[in-house]
Amino acid sequence: MQRLRSSYERSVAVRRRQGTLGLFVLIALIAAAGYAGEVSLSKLWAHIGNFTGYFSRIVPELAFQTFATDLDEWMWNIGRWVQLIFDTVLIAYCGTILGFIGGFSLCFFATSNLMPSRAVRFSARRLLEFLRSVPDLVFALIFVYAFRLGPIPGVLAIALHSTGALGKLFTEAAENIDMQPVEGSRACGGGWLQTIRFAVLPQVLPTFASYTLLRFEINVRGSSVIGFVGAGGIGQDYLEAIRQFHYSDVSAILVLIVITVFIIDIATERLRHSLIGFETP
Amino acid sequence: MTGRGRRLPVDYDGLHRKYPGYMRGSRFARLSALLVFVALFGLLIFALGRFEFSFARIAYGMQRLGEFARLMFPPNPGTQLHLYLKGMGETLAMAFLGTLIAAALAFPIGLAAARNVLPNFLAHFLIRRGMDTVRSVDTLIWALIWINVVGLGPFAGVLAIASTDVGALAKLFSETIENVDRKAEDGVIACGGGVLARIRFGLLPEALPVMASQILYFIESNTRSATIVGIVGAGGIGLYITESIRTLDWDKAAFIIILILITVAAIDFISSRLRLAIIGTRAAPL
Repeated sequence: MQRLRSSYERSVAVRRRQGTLGLFVLIALIAAAGYAGEVSLSKLWAHIGNFTGYFSRIVPELAFQTFATDLDEWMWNIGRWVQLIFDTVLIAYCGTILGFIGGFSLCFFATSNLMPSRAVRFSARRLLEFLRSVPDLVFALIFVYAFRLGPIPGVLAIALHSTGALGKLFTEAAENIDMQPVEGSRACGGGWLQTIRFAVLPQVLPTFASYTLLRFEINVRGSSVIGFVGAGGIGQDYLEAIRQFHYSDVSAILVLIVITVFIIDIATERLRHSLIGFETP
Repeated sequence: MTGRGRRLPVDYDGLHRKYPGYMRGSRFARLSALLVFVALFGLLIFALGRFEFSFARIAYGMQRLGEFARLMFPPNPGTQLHLYLKGMGETLAMAFLGTLIAAALAFPIGLAAARNVLPNFLAHFLIRRGMDTVRSVDTLIWALIWINVVGLGPFAGVLAIASTDVGALAKLFSETIENVDRKAEDGVIACGGGVLARIRFGLLPEALPVMASQILYFIESNTRSATIVGIVGAGGIGLYITESIRTLDWDKAAFIIILILITVAAIDFISSRLRLAIIGTRAAPL
């Protein structure tokens, strides 16, 4: 009993020491980051009024008696905004579909269980890593100069970034499959493409579809700001409204964006749940 | 391997009769799959048409991209290396601090939004939807809002990253807490523990490692978003990448992109190591 107790206390003491050490490292990191990030709590405290003030300024004047006309005035440009938001969603859609095609065609080359050649695997992985690590806005900035302003550079930027992000997830999904069907297909004399089609695809397709839907959600958010650099969608109008202090426009566009993202989120969540149900009947 | 492609003598009709479900799907299933396919591609083509897509434009753009790529080599920071390194440091600091602030705020919110801590339908619904709203506003938009409050610079970026992630992390935390095994909690209740004891000894020991790994994952992904908030003036390397592309200094742009790639790879490596140490498996917390 005594031995048990002393060994328990020893192990607790070790954990305590490790915990304290970790805490010190964390505090040191926070201090360093706070210095580099120019964090100033006094500035935040002094200007926090601006935050609430900003929101109270962008909140539209909607009175109950004149609700209809107020709403009309607030949403005065709704025709154009809805069209731009429609474009935004379409940019995300095209980028996601093209990214799916890209990620799908690259992922099998990057798997350790389906791709025997090390060189191919290495280069496919590095390519996906590159596409994933460069933010879509940076691609968009470059593409705006190459393809001129408009939604096309936005679509291409999102497509490239999605190729990298989806390619990595697809690779992981394809690496975790049950290998028995693959062996069966090979034993029957199936070639590489046939093995992928009949032994791998049926296992991974629901997962792929669910990841793609998740990516679509992310891309809708991303395409709402891709207009900041001139690559189409609602972003450009939004940035202008902010820069020129058209307060009620800012809130109107923000509300429209939030509503759109909400609808897309709920729709894709439904779809994903039905996909998962399809996966495990 | 000599028999590849030759058919084995198999009774196909018999197999079809025996296992109808495993052979070709029904005509209806095949038709609906085809319809979904056509609809997906139809929408893609409609959208590309709306965006005035043309192969001539793509070809022209590719040619320009080729020119840019030639100008990118060799990547060269010019005389601004120290600025770029400082920007990268700011980016890392923003990702780290932003995520930590978000986690600190999300922790109590996540607890309150977990059904097994606060079994109140209304509170659950309101908190979840509120967090969804916060989350649905992109980091760059939050950055623009915070610039109005604390001015240009990395502090606005920290606050922007924290704002977006409060929503995402609170949702993840509450789901993690809801998924904790009930047995430990039952044990604490059986010993006469109160609410706080239940949370501290029944829920947290199991939930904390998962949460820590989620935080690490967010630091990782925020390193990417912290590289771009500088585009609107919220500090970090984003300012310099925008500047170098706007002035068509392609060698500088290439240098910054390589700097970003290396940093992101390093952070990925460190955080996946730490995650592995904390959670013990390779499973990505999604």
